[in-house]
Amino acid sequence: MGTSFGRGGATTFQQDLANADCIVIMGSNMAEAHPVGFQWVVEARERGAKVIHVDPRFTRTSALADLHVPIRAGSDIAFLGGIVNYILGNGREFREYVQAYTNARTIISDDFRDTEDLDGIFSGLDREGRKYERDSWQYKGMDVGASAGEREYGEAEGEQAHGAHGGELEHGEPPQEDETLQDPRCVFQLLKKHYARYTPEMVERICGVPKETFLEVAEALCENSGRERTSAFCYSVGWTQHSVGVQYIRTAAIVQLLLGNIGRPGGGIMALRGHASIQGSTDIPTLFNILPGYLPMPHAHEQTGLDVYVERNAPPTGFWGNTRPYMVSLLKAWWGPTARYENDFCFDYLPRIDKDHSHYRTVADMEDNKLSGYFVMGENPAVGSANSKLQRLALAKLKWLVVRDFDEIETASFWHDAPEIETGELKTEEIGTEVFLMPAAAHTEKDGSFTNTQRLLQWHHKAVEPEGDCRSELWFMYHLGRRVREKLAGSERERDRPILDLTWDYPTVGPTEEPDAEAVLAEIGGFDAEREPLPDYLPLRDDGSTTCGCWIYAGCYADRVNQTARRKPGREQSWVAPEWAWAWPMNRRILYNRASADPQGKPWSERKRYIWWDAAEGEWTGEDVPDFTPDKAPDYVPEDGAKAQQALRGDEPFIMQGDGRAWLFAPNGIVDGPLPTHYEPHESPFDNPLYGQRANPVREGYRRRDNPFNPAGSEPGSDAYPYVMTTYRLTEHHTAGGMSRTLPFLAELQPEFFCEVSPELARERGLEHGGWATIVSARTAIEARVMVTERMKPLRVDGRVVHQVGLPYHWGNRGISTGDSANDLFPFALDPNVHIQEAKAATCDVRPGRRPRGPELPAFVERVRREAGAGR
Amino acid sequence: MSSHLIATPSAETYKSESQPRKGFFTDTSVCIGCKACEVACKEWNHVPPDPQGLTGNSYDNSGELGANRWRHVAFIEQKVSVGIEESPPESFVEEAARQNLVSDGLDPHADEDGFRWLMSSDVCKHCTEAGCLDACPTGALFRTEFDTVVVQEDICNGCGYCVVSCPFGVIDQREGDGRVWKCTMCYDRLKDDMEPACAQACPTDSIQFGDLEELRERAARRVERLHGRGHEEARLYGDSEDDGVGGFGAFFLLLDEPETYRLPPDPVVPTRRTPEVWAAALGAAAALAGGVAASFLRGRR
Repeated sequence: MGTSFGRGGATTFQQDLANADCIVIMGSNMAEAHPVGFQWVVEARERGAKVIHVDPRFTRTSALADLHVPIRAGSDIAFLGGIVNYILGNGREFREYVQAYTNARTIISDDFRDTEDLDGIFSGLDREGRKYERDSWQYKGMDVGASAGEREYGEAEGEQAHGAHGGELEHGEPPQEDETLQDPRCVFQLLKKHYARYTPEMVERICGVPKETFLEVAEALCENSGRERTSAFCYSVGWTQHSVGVQYIRTAAIVQLLLGNIGRPGGGIMALRGHASIQGSTDIPTLFNILPGYLPMPHAHEQTGLDVYVERNAPPTGFWGNTRPYMVSLLKAWWGPTARYENDFCFDYLPRIDKDHSHYRTVADMEDNKLSGYFVMGENPAVGSANSKLQRLALAKLKWLVVRDFDEIETASFWHDAPEIETGELKTEEIGTEVFLMPAAAHTEKDGSFTNTQRLLQWHHKAVEPEGDCRSELWFMYHLGRRVREKLAGSERERDRPILDLTWDYPTVGPTEEPDAEAVLAEIGGFDAEREPLPDYLPLRDDGSTTCGCWIYAGCYADRVNQTARRKPGREQSWVAPEWAWAWPMNRRILYNRASADPQGKPWSERKRYIWWDAAEGEWTGEDVPDFTPDKAPDYVPEDGAKAQQALRGDEPFIMQGDGRAWLFAPNGIVDGPLPTHYEPHESPFDNPLYGQRANPVREGYRRRDNPFNPAGSEPGSDAYPYVMTTYRLTEHHTAGGMSRTLPFLAELQPEFFCEVSPELARERGLEHGGWATIVSARTAIEARVMVTERMKPLRVDGRVVHQVGLPYHWGNRGISTGDSANDLFPFALDPNVHIQEAKAATCDVRPGRRPRGPELPAFVERVRREAGAGR
Repeated sequence: MSSHLIATPSAETYKSESQPRKGFFTDTSVCIGCKACEVACKEWNHVPPDPQGLTGNSYDNSGELGANRWRHVAFIEQKVSVGIEESPPESFVEEAARQNLVSDGLDPHADEDGFRWLMSSDVCKHCTEAGCLDACPTGALFRTEFDTVVVQEDICNGCGYCVVSCPFGVIDQREGDGRVWKCTMCYDRLKDDMEPACAQACPTDSIQFGDLEELRERAARRVERLHGRGHEEARLYGDSEDDGVGGFGAFFLLLDEPETYRLPPDPVVPTRRTPEVWAAALGAAAALAGGVAASFLRGRR
């Protein structure tokens, strides 16, 4: 979404779903994974909305939907592309919106070649290097040299980084456009051509969805979009955990832009992020390639320094044009008085990345003996990450491991009870890893904030002191840093300066010397030149006078009030409830809300009014904080040489983008294609019915002996793993189970690991309801109880019947409720933009009965693999 | 349409301390089967865990209401059209075979039957005429000022008379403890003007708590609304004072026959049969006396 709209985050909030006339939940099992948020979908239904759930399984979400569409896992782009084709083919797009607010009219480089021209790939593919050169994807007339110059986007490109680069845009306008949308090289026509073969028949063939059902969905969306009506999409990891995950979301973005739903009440894309603070974990990032507020992490280039960084990363137009003040204010927050103009504000203290350091890369390196130590905090990769068997094996290669958790989770106990101990692949006495298990405090035992899926920061207050040695992350990191600094005190080495010069002076409170969380929040919210908390990010300067730990959070401590702790009840304020907690940016609840009004500033309809231009007051007003310069008139045209947000016109709502428009076609910010394309999953029983190119040509498949792949499509041996498997969540358990399988009241609700199969598959493989099944892939084999249910349906895909196997992934061998881990079966096969694993679609075989034990287990897996000719 | 004048059996007892009758309206049409109600109840009331293991009965691993389960979420997977009076299938493979799904040349596109997954949170009905209350010899069971039915665990002697008297099989003896336990409608929370734990936890407001009279009105409107939207099968269960227990204090909106949810379609409080039972007993006694007398008279000759 960062690439399409300018910010990577849900465009709306869950309460707004009640305003939708149609909701499509796809790549999400919202009722089970977001039960509290789901009440707003129920509310929408009560108000007459049509709710559609597209999912391989009939789930508790489907039970409350008006229509459930069973779909083959891994084929969503074909489905959504079919909707794009339906919209364009039938002229159902919201024309005025598309024309004014998207880059539909932009003309693309003459050198661009589409997947229709090249049988499934785009121009610029470097097959060996597994990447695309994007010169031919640029807007026609752009200075290609500038946009192709060294960027901070070597390995770090993609969704997490903002996608605002159009290079040199004069007045924010692309050099060549066709307002009539007729030019065959304009985005609109390229879009049409790209999806021309995504017909209802093709959707049926690829997805296993009957034509009539597909058309019902397409029509429901079309008739519930436009001036008077809006539709919303809800998605979650059912979309992101694919080797083309980012492209899934891009396709939905295109649909929503064509239908004119972005920035409007009851519209938008509700990205459902899971963990209570998962959004926060990318805002104040725990990711290797971004800094707070989605600033890119500097790369190790020959030329470096703040000026070079800014030049490379700040487009001249749009709000990202202010990269310099955001960055300088961050550096001042971190290094305080030491950061001065003369030393580039300590820019050189920042580490440089030189390659992919994402989770799977790190674990692969760990297995290859390249890592000494590992901190694992509030995570359980021995169960929760793909190829969890390889995760466990890699842990044994470390010198030391620190695990912070409430319980001795599988990641901490691997050295004595991993399944590999039983098979003999690991021997406790040969494992040299020193494991430190540090007890963690629960959220009720500490102050702090959560940033949830709708960008909402909510404060939580400590209710009790933690017991014994349990401590919060804040305590741990602060005191660890304090002790490291004490050890380094007096050092004369240059390499120690970044640590010693940090501002590390948070006040501590209470018997455990807990750092004052509000002080940290205040630092994140930032201060202006007078040391007053910032009201928002507009006062940020690049002269070192302002500090701000995360520019998008500026304003969360405005007026010296912890805005995130506000709790004004909903019934005492408008339905938007702006005085409950605080959302970034600037407490805006619906992003891009300028688009809820037409180019003249008038709402598209009274029914769907949200933000509008008040000519008398000379400002934007409405239900929410306008996502626009408050006093910029709709007819504003920038002067020559205007910079950053001033360079955008009064009718360009997507203020983060260089051209102020939402991107149907993405020339930058994405590594595997400017337009989403149906590719088969890394492992699938099918070749690609659309193209010769079967799967994503630049996906990250780790070719390693310990990460073997099932043969796919028509590759010989693929019928040894004939079924599609997918993972999912149950309401009763939480992620890798450390917080639910250890609690009796939850463990008893879903006491055992089971697989879900259709009666047809049960019959085909001799599976008994309530009995056992062994599920096997090239990686390993696991066992599960069998749940035969008609909620799983066989589908007819590409002329034959395919079965799907559902696997809830919560189980490991620790706790009250134990079982094998579904993730053991999946490979390291990742989306190249964000390095997320494809855990929602792969292939497997299923055999009745329990799995072998001891060394017989890997022997069995190897036999199946050899029979298939797998193990490449 | 049922009457909305509700019986308040406790009014006479409590006189000035009387409260409006409180109850549950469980609207199963918006239940998402999350079981937050089961967990919240156990947490608040310190009900012990009672693991049943994987039952294989859809997502229901709780089994049924009992001494250690005061809210129970039922899951019914239905592939048949609404209104068929068969009992739910015991085995899904069996059911599939029965419905000819498992055939060669299968055509998965052909099913227009409409798959449904019914979910419903069951609870003690806090009947107007409560069988458990009638049967209790010790007075452990009593009716509160809110017209709910509560067991005092420090008085209960574990005789078990109440267990067989409940038409729904709710109240139950706790193993290892001997006493009976059931939903109290969070009596302690009601006294502090709070709603029961399950009602507070329910994210979709499937469990609604409040004055029973108002709930009955709300429920009637809700059924009308659902009928208007084409959901003819929606109905209330336990809302009528004319039923065999005088109406439920915790009533439901169901989307199928009660039997589908393993609920008795026509529950009757056993004490309604008391006159019959006495009559039958007297009749039997008379017959016995007559028979004995006859045999003696005969014997004299």
